[in-house]
Amino acid sequence: MKDSVFTILSQKLLTGAVYELKLRGDVSDITAPGQFVNLRLDGLYLRRPISVCDLEDDCLTLIYKVVGKGTAQLSRMYAGQSLPILTGLGNGYDLSLSGERPLLIGGGVGVPPLYLLAKRLRAAGKSVRVILGFNTASEVFYEAEFRALDCEVTVTTVDGSCGVRGFVTAALPADYTHVYTCGPEPMLRAVYKSIHTGGSFSFEKRMGCGFGACMGCSCKTITGYKRICKEGPVLQKEEILWES
Amino acid sequence: MGKLSVNLCGIELDNPVIPASGTFGYGWEFAELYDINLLGTFSFKGTTREPRFGNPTPRIADCPSGMLNAVGLQNPGVDRVIDTELPKLAKCFNKPVMANVSGFSVEEYAETCARLDREPQVGWLEVNVSCPNVHGGGMSFGTDPKAAASVVQAVKAVTTKPVLIKLTPNVTDIVSIARACEDAGADGVSLINTLLGMRIDLKTRKPVLANTMGGFSGPAIFPVALRMVWQVAHAVSIPVIGMGGVSSAEDVLEMLMAGATAVEVGAANLVDPFACRNIIRSLPEAMERLGIESLKELTGGNRNG
Repeated sequence: MKDSVFTILSQKLLTGAVYELKLRGDVSDITAPGQFVNLRLDGLYLRRPISVCDLEDDCLTLIYKVVGKGTAQLSRMYAGQSLPILTGLGNGYDLSLSGERPLLIGGGVGVPPLYLLAKRLRAAGKSVRVILGFNTASEVFYEAEFRALDCEVTVTTVDGSCGVRGFVTAALPADYTHVYTCGPEPMLRAVYKSIHTGGSFSFEKRMGCGFGACMGCSCKTITGYKRICKEGPVLQKEEILWES
Repeated sequence: MGKLSVNLCGIELDNPVIPASGTFGYGWEFAELYDINLLGTFSFKGTTREPRFGNPTPRIADCPSGMLNAVGLQNPGVDRVIDTELPKLAKCFNKPVMANVSGFSVEEYAETCARLDREPQVGWLEVNVSCPNVHGGGMSFGTDPKAAASVVQAVKAVTTKPVLIKLTPNVTDIVSIARACEDAGADGVSLINTLLGMRIDLKTRKPVLANTMGGFSGPAIFPVALRMVWQVAHAVSIPVIGMGGVSSAEDVLEMLMAGATAVEVGAANLVDPFACRNIIRSLPEAMERLGIESLKELTGGNRNG
């Protein structure tokens, strides 16, 4: 974990309320895809956690959706401004579990952390399939970016306006070696029930500190209590205990 | 002794800065970030006799200049703390630690304290009679002078270590509770725990916290905390640990001027994991600027004024 100041390089609206933010700074503590960073915004007390979408040299890409005060304020920031960020938070995805044909499943703003994962898996020579789920065609983002990594990409939309109609589970292939997923909890539950291999599931929870101090984001698992910010956000399929 | 040192119930602290319970775990995880021996001490995560998962989530809500928490005393229970957490701490912390204890009955407080009394690294027992986030325990002991006194007596009977009682601000008259603790034999009091608060999500029209209410902490409560520290410090003769929204070296000095002997830092640790280290580092400069030669000249200096 490192606390350092990043400089905004660019900010771009991807779709309705989803923004892509590129920053430059010390990314040395980010060790795995699926980790997150915690942003300190002027005038807001608690930091705001956002998953790492991409890393390229000292450039960090974050994608977030405006859902409240913090993300709204972040969306008004622009190139040249600086932002204090805690980096290297959470466990991230374990690449060694992938097998030769990993399947990546992202829903909405659960898509971004899968991008760096796909990039690393491709660099390791894996054959990567990606399912990107959205509500409707106007919300789709990063399809071209995943294709540019030479992944086999399927888009699903709930209303059928783009790609396969339905939820991500409507597009599950028959053959894959491990599943990596991130998205809203109902989607994670559906994926959990539908897959026949091991899976790495990234969870979202309201956090206090983001580094394991406050116990604000605890959850129960088969293997005991875990902090989503510290022992998570990625949990393995075998250890997940769904709360009813 | 250095100019930052203070004496808390007979134990010398290198400086008065103490990470507050619930914001610093059992310490050892923070040793990965910096040498935690530079702290005065720290108060470890509120520990109960039995393990507790705590409240359902969400447990946290952001607020202007502060936050709400309703963690609900999640902890592994005193046996695991002694068997697992304290040995890990001993490897990275060579000072006495403050053991924070909570309970749901007088007997439970006494039993947990008796076990921690046998731990050589425990310097003080900080007995929390003020947790707002559990039902049927915690704060109910801290809102009634007689109930608070009964906890003090039960704990004092099982330990030779200094006993500090952590008080809730959610009372009409905190001074009467502090006096009852002093009369019952407490060696010190620490205050304030969080202020009971809540938030509602405008979209769902429901409370943000699964527990509905939670404890409000952070810079927003500093003036309330300072006022209560002042009132209590002027009413009792035992040491007072001041806490509530402390975020800077200047806040530490202000608490000491209000009558505190030492100062705990809570919410600030959750926003900045290096908060306590940074506060300690900036204390000498702030003291020099304000013409303060040693902190001991402040502690107790205004208590009877």
